[in-house]
Amino acid sequence: MTLLTIEDLSVHFPTRHKVFVAVNEADLTVEPGEIHGLVGESGAGKSTIGAAVMGLLDRPGHIAGGTVSFKGEAISGRDAEAMRSLRGAKISMIFQDPLTSLNPLLTVGQQLIETIQFHLKLSEGDSRKRAVELLDRVGIPLPEERIDMYPHQFSGGMRQRVVIALALCSEPDVIIADEPTTALDVSIQAQILELIKELARERQTGVILITHDMGVIADTTDKVTVMYQGAVVESGATEQVMGNPQHDYTKSLIAAVPRPTLKVHRFPQLSYGGRSIEFHIDDLARNWQKPEPSKSGTLLKVENLTKTFLQKGALIPSRRKYFKAVDNVSFDIRDGEVFGVVGESGSGKSTVARMIATLYETNGGKITFDETEVTALSSNRDLEGYRRQIQMIFQDPYSSLNPRMRVDEIIAEPVKHHKLLEGAAIQHRVDELLDRVGLGSEAGRKYPHEFSGGQRQRISIARALATQPRFLICDEPTSALDVSIQAQILNILKDLQEHLGLTMLFISHDLPVVRQMCDRVGVMRQGQMVEVAETEELFANPKEAYTRELLSLMPKLEGLSTEGLKDEII
Amino acid sequence: MLTFVVRRVFQSALVLLIVGLVAFSMFRFVGDPIDNMLGQERTDADIARLRTELGLDQPFPVQYVKFLKGAAEGNFGVSYRQGRPVSTILVERAPATLELAAVSGFFAITIGIGLGVFTAIRRDGFMANMIMSVSLIGVSLPTFLIGILLIYLFAVELGWLPSFGRGDVVHIGWWSTGFLTASGLKALILPAITLGLYQMTLIMRLVRSEMLEVLRQDYIRFARARGLKERSVNFRHALKNTLVPVITVTGLQLGSIIAFAIITETVFQWPGVGLLFINAIQFVDIPVMAAYLMLISVMFVGINLIVDLLYFAIDPRLRVDQKGAK
Repeated sequence: MTLLTIEDLSVHFPTRHKVFVAVNEADLTVEPGEIHGLVGESGAGKSTIGAAVMGLLDRPGHIAGGTVSFKGEAISGRDAEAMRSLRGAKISMIFQDPLTSLNPLLTVGQQLIETIQFHLKLSEGDSRKRAVELLDRVGIPLPEERIDMYPHQFSGGMRQRVVIALALCSEPDVIIADEPTTALDVSIQAQILELIKELARERQTGVILITHDMGVIADTTDKVTVMYQGAVVESGATEQVMGNPQHDYTKSLIAAVPRPTLKVHRFPQLSYGGRSIEFHIDDLARNWQKPEPSKSGTLLKVENLTKTFLQKGALIPSRRKYFKAVDNVSFDIRDGEVFGVVGESGSGKSTVARMIATLYETNGGKITFDETEVTALSSNRDLEGYRRQIQMIFQDPYSSLNPRMRVDEIIAEPVKHHKLLEGAAIQHRVDELLDRVGLGSEAGRKYPHEFSGGQRQRISIARALATQPRFLICDEPTSALDVSIQAQILNILKDLQEHLGLTMLFISHDLPVVRQMCDRVGVMRQGQMVEVAETEELFANPKEAYTRELLSLMPKLEGLSTEGLKDEII
Repeated sequence: MLTFVVRRVFQSALVLLIVGLVAFSMFRFVGDPIDNMLGQERTDADIARLRTELGLDQPFPVQYVKFLKGAAEGNFGVSYRQGRPVSTILVERAPATLELAAVSGFFAITIGIGLGVFTAIRRDGFMANMIMSVSLIGVSLPTFLIGILLIYLFAVELGWLPSFGRGDVVHIGWWSTGFLTASGLKALILPAITLGLYQMTLIMRLVRSEMLEVLRQDYIRFARARGLKERSVNFRHALKNTLVPVITVTGLQLGSIIAFAIITETVFQWPGVGLLFINAIQFVDIPVMAAYLMLISVMFVGINLIVDLLYFAIDPRLRVDQKGAK
């Protein structure tokens, strides 16, 4: 019997000026034991469907049409109290961020027991027993001890297991998982997805898996529904939709996914909904002052780099605890290459980048840039010349631009700081850069909040290029972006590197992206550089066990359609 | 945690030393007490004798150390005006102020948190909007005006409550309390409301904005998604998280309730230390002023110390001593 049926569901958010249609006549069904993927880019309305089913729509959002039925009985349109009794009991939900999904002031046990007592009407002791069983079931070791701990004492992956345990408290028939693995590392992601698959199979639970990640969809789901701007554009068995997409939007979405097994020259810009951008790299290259290539062929040399952070302060120095974020790391970056650094969160890859950018001081080791030892420079004045030549692009396009500054001020700031140009020439450079990254010079008179995430990342790129640097540090430049926007940004970076002769340090946790972008790759783990190799060599013949493990966890995406990619495959 | 407490105690001691220096400087720089103490018919010999008697002929640092020693023992010297030890006067006056502060603090916290939660949960309700609008009056009207208005309404027009004084008090040891007599309790109502109204509106507005912030958090959405009852979500999950930042401000506000009691005590002729202080200023009664300053700073420092310790009780993330789990 079909567990959940969504028919012609429309969700409206009335605003002062007009009604925003978040979901427009969407259909979806979930059978017992089935994992149904709901995929789309941000703003597609996929999370809104989840919230509508749960009766948890934020005001003033409301169901404007269609029905949601649970086991054949309509549940939409019930009053708040009736919805509440259904929530948790029959339908549970898992949220994206395990760090914020748990109440920080209550122990894991208190939260589990409260929920179990409420739903199953068990005694305190029995509830506790059941809570321990659940923690054990979701794979938390030593559940009797862990039950009395607070959420902050668990790691991210363990917290997401606790969240799943909480969702299972009432033995629900349907679980709605809203981006359950987006905030997690690949290895943890694989474990959590495996757990969700097991639960669906063993308990015959129906799962709606909301995600923007094609890899997760391809590896985990049985069926998939693709959404675009609130409407369902395509739905069907996962293999069929992924392998032979019918709708143009699905095709463009799939074409933009970086493949772990294929290297492409450029990401195809199958434009759907007017998304492709103009980008004039040739003009920029003409005015670019290319520096003399370094004599040795090595632009940046990092030797035995080390960074420690104070973990626990104490009055007595011997009782202080330090954490080695970067431990004796050495590598070279050749002039004109893209050097990738991959690793899971906490592996120290961003710390390395920040030390190279002189944002952190080193606790040992040497950084040499074009024959000059940077770590030996002490005064700010000596460092200025070096800082002009290296620029950084950060991960989060929302917090890396000052919201109180106009875009042209943001881009002009490094030029003014380094006194590279004066007067009208500054504005001219700013206009040129904005033009070149496809935003147009009129964008300079706006403020950052008027731009989307991808546009902001292009502003960041323009800012990084303003000083005509030789070396660009990109710290996860696309992890906060949708896959089609990611393709655009990666294309821009590729073009810059090719035409301007830039050298790049490219940091990412996403192996397929690294494969598309980098000439050589270093793998980091727990502050140490595990392996450095040519990209193709690393993917074909990983030497270290940890690299092999990382590669094996990477979604293979072999079933994905290669339509539109064929001309670009190298 | 022990390190933290020890460090805070040291900091508190430093603050008290500095306040002590300021209080003591008043003796040196705010007029000459001898002028006030002796009448017109004084002789030079009188002045010299009194100077030696009061220790004013000794060098500045020696006087400061003597002052600190005395202050540590609760001995602040003799009031210039009343000719009695300041400590005795303070002991007489302190219960009145402390009882008033306790009642208005209790009133401000309970009503403030209650209304704050109510206006946060019923965000767009009519009552919530009304309370928010009325509360603006509470923040913007000066204390003395509120006091005078209350006196006019409840004492003069309606005649329900007394307009001044503490009513009848009962002495228990050295403590005099107004809690045990009907007239004492009645006399407390108006001054307590006057003194607490501003703090109440402040706490209410703070609780409301913090609560709205907490209600937007994922763990509240998740608690709702598990079908938990609204009451449990609002009070068990949301309120506790709201209280962490509220405690800081509330702690500071309780300190200022005692400090601001001056105005309320003047309006209601409340026989507390605030009124004592005002009278002391009029007569340049420096020992009383210095003692009052020290007393207030001890209160502030003490309350802040308690607030810091309360954090540990409420927020487990600060108890870093516990072993973490991977």
